[in-house]
Amino acid sequence: MKQQIIVSGIGGQGVLFLTRLFAQAAVEEGLDVLTSETHGMAMRGGTVVSHLKVGPFKSPLIRMGQCDVGLFINASNLDIYRNFIRPGGRSFVNTDISGEYYNIDATGLAKECGSLLVTNLVLLGYAVKEGNLFCDEGVMETIIRKSSQPDRIEMNLKGFKAGVSRN
Amino acid sequence: MDQTKQKILMGNEAIGRGVVEAGCTLTASYPGTPASEILASVVNFSRETEIKMHIEWSVNEKVAYEVALANSYTGKRSAVAMKQVGLNVASDPFMRSAYLGVKGGFVVIVADDPGPHSSQTEQDSRLFALSAKIPVFDPASPREAKEMVRKAFELSEKYEIPVMLRSTTRICHARQNVPCLPPERLERTADFEKDPGRWVATPQFLYDLHHRLNDKIDKILEEEDFSPLLIPGDGSLSKYCIISSGVAFAHTCDLLEDMKFSGKIDLFQVTMPYPLNKKFIRKINSGYKKILVIEETYPVIEMQLTNPEINGRNSKLIPNQGELTPDIIQDVLKKFLELPLEAGASPEQIKGKRPTLCPGCPHRAAFYAIKETFPEGIFPSDIGCYTLGMNLGAVDTCHCMGACISQGAGFYHAYAQDNGKFPTIAVTIGDSTFFHAGIPGLINAVFQKARFIVVILDNSTTAMTGNQPTPEVGIMADGTRGTPVLIPDLVKACGVRFLKECDPYDLETFTSYLKEADQYCRSEDGGVAVIISKHPCVLDKEAMKAQPVYSMRITEDCTGCEYCLNNFECPALVSDSDGERVIIDQNICIGCGVCQHVCPVGAIIAEGGGKK
Ligand code: SF4
Ligand code: SF4
Repeated sequence: MKQQIIVSGIGGQGVLFLTRLFAQAAVEEGLDVLTSETHGMAMRGGTVVSHLKVGPFKSPLIRMGQCDVGLFINASNLDIYRNFIRPGGRSFVNTDISGEYYNIDATGLAKECGSLLVTNLVLLGYAVKEGNLFCDEGVMETIIRKSSQPDRIEMNLKGFKAGVSRN
Repeated sequence: MDQTKQKILMGNEAIGRGVVEAGCTLTASYPGTPASEILASVVNFSRETEIKMHIEWSVNEKVAYEVALANSYTGKRSAVAMKQVGLNVASDPFMRSAYLGVKGGFVVIVADDPGPHSSQTEQDSRLFALSAKIPVFDPASPREAKEMVRKAFELSEKYEIPVMLRSTTRICHARQNVPCLPPERLERTADFEKDPGRWVATPQFLYDLHHRLNDKIDKILEEEDFSPLLIPGDGSLSKYCIISSGVAFAHTCDLLEDMKFSGKIDLFQVTMPYPLNKKFIRKINSGYKKILVIEETYPVIEMQLTNPEINGRNSKLIPNQGELTPDIIQDVLKKFLELPLEAGASPEQIKGKRPTLCPGCPHRAAFYAIKETFPEGIFPSDIGCYTLGMNLGAVDTCHCMGACISQGAGFYHAYAQDNGKFPTIAVTIGDSTFFHAGIPGLINAVFQKARFIVVILDNSTTAMTGNQPTPEVGIMADGTRGTPVLIPDLVKACGVRFLKECDPYDLETFTSYLKEADQYCRSEDGGVAVIISKHPCVLDKEAMKAQPVYSMRITEDCTGCEYCLNNFECPALVSDSDGERVIIDQNICIGCGVCQHVCPVGAIIAEGGGKK
């Protein structure tokens, strides 16, 4: 199994949290994992991106045109990272505008759940459902339980499930 | 818990884990991206494994280096961690420690930032190691980084020499599943053996010490354990070889695999770029006709190979600046292997949203007041979140830690000598930066009779790098209480005679202090004026609980002039969809209320103001 995933957003939207969830899920599945994250100044509301490589890789970075799945918590980042996605790869975008990608109004659904902080998890839920990812819903749910702060577990799961059950 | 199981660790956490596992008893650091997470990881793992260790956020890298060095003199293992430009600050003790050597293993962890992503240079610390004659390891993954920490301690102890572990951003901030072992328990007690010829080493002893250092390096470069590792090819490209180190080696491996070249060409991983193994140098230069060296960021291995035919940085096959991303290495490999290049394969520079100060950031208020009060001023500033004051037109220079105060003095002298008239010079410096390197500059400026304003942006934390505590807060790295050192006391002790303290949220008072300070600078026996702009960082959750929260709205009176957007730049103030008025993004507004004073027509209204 080899899979390359990009998660992008702006600083503060929870890109790192999603990256960590994916990494944990890979280990749970007995797979090797390498990620690369943005830290520093860009985390102050600038564009951030994580690369995730599941399987026998050595380099933590994804090349142009090699990424299987992209998650875009901030829709306009799609323009920046579009050329990382390989032909046939899938992009999941937080927007209510449809296009040549899987779109979901994650912000709106998060609001309905009662916390904008779970926007990232709504998007994750949808991607896990439709992305042909290395891990399934069940595994991801376990990981969310394990990795969330105790007082946020329920809300995070609610957001995740709202994404999974989007039709 | 099972300590040998795999954990997903960031490169910096893996390094921290390695330090704890190696039985180190003192670790010191100063935060700086990409090295900041190393010390926190040492704190966490030493706590988890119940290892006794002194762990400190020192005030700067030079201090950190010296504290750790003395611990090593007593026979105990020590580590010091910093970013690459931190090594510039610590270069004085660094260079000399090579001559004098160490006792207990001493590992210097330096994180380089090719690109650079968050630094003022993309210098290569391996070159620094070479010029100091200090061996350096260059890991290609978090897992390897942890492993190398242990080897570095062993090598350091065997030859009584400091050893550098050079990591880079892509290793520091990569995450990987890493096997964790229980820590070694060395149980050494401090035992400082006096040896003035060595530890005092006046010039007369240094010839001999330098000689001994050279002997050590001569032996280390023959160590088989640290010679480059060969992944052999099948002989089909027998005259070709690729030599690489660090994360560039990892990229190269994945690329060769994708290009169906792995196992076809001899590939060497250099784990210790300096000193480069002598046999290896001979083997490369006599055995191969086409040699490619891929390393970040300067040609350190290439230089030691002393072969003018090498493909690399000197031949300009590899760009001499910037990070070696997989896309760049792909082009390099194709050219080297004489494969066709795909059209448009080279990636363009990615530009995204620029970073900005957080909604409600107290720095924004201070910058706004400075810019409004002194529209013609000169604004030297420094390194931290507040460098972003550039977006507000209130930061004109940023050089290196602490430079702003000395630069303020330099600007003053430059103007004052022309005709005695000088513009208002308003310097901004963060609290942590002030402790780090601002104090000598302030003493100097006072003593040299410079006249300018220093605004110390005191938000009680080192915000940019993840909110590490400063000496003023008095909380140490492990969370226990230290002895607080207060900024006002320091300022007064530097000889400053104008000192005010003010919350910048109170724009009116803050502005009046700025004016007073300017008058003081220009008065007959004026000098340097200091204003401490005091308000906690909005990322400090505890402090935020105590802060009043206003409910903000914008009335019909808004004319859409966008004065607030252009001059105050709070990310929570945004143009509405048709660009006619400004609205408040309630999702990110923290209700600080400061913007109400910014709108020229009073359209921004703050109501309430109760605590959360
Ligand atoms: S809120 Fe005030 S400053 Fe901002 S655009 Fe409207 S009128 Fe101008
Ligand atoms: S009150 Fe005004 S300045 Fe403060 S966070 Fe909200 S919009 Fe920004």
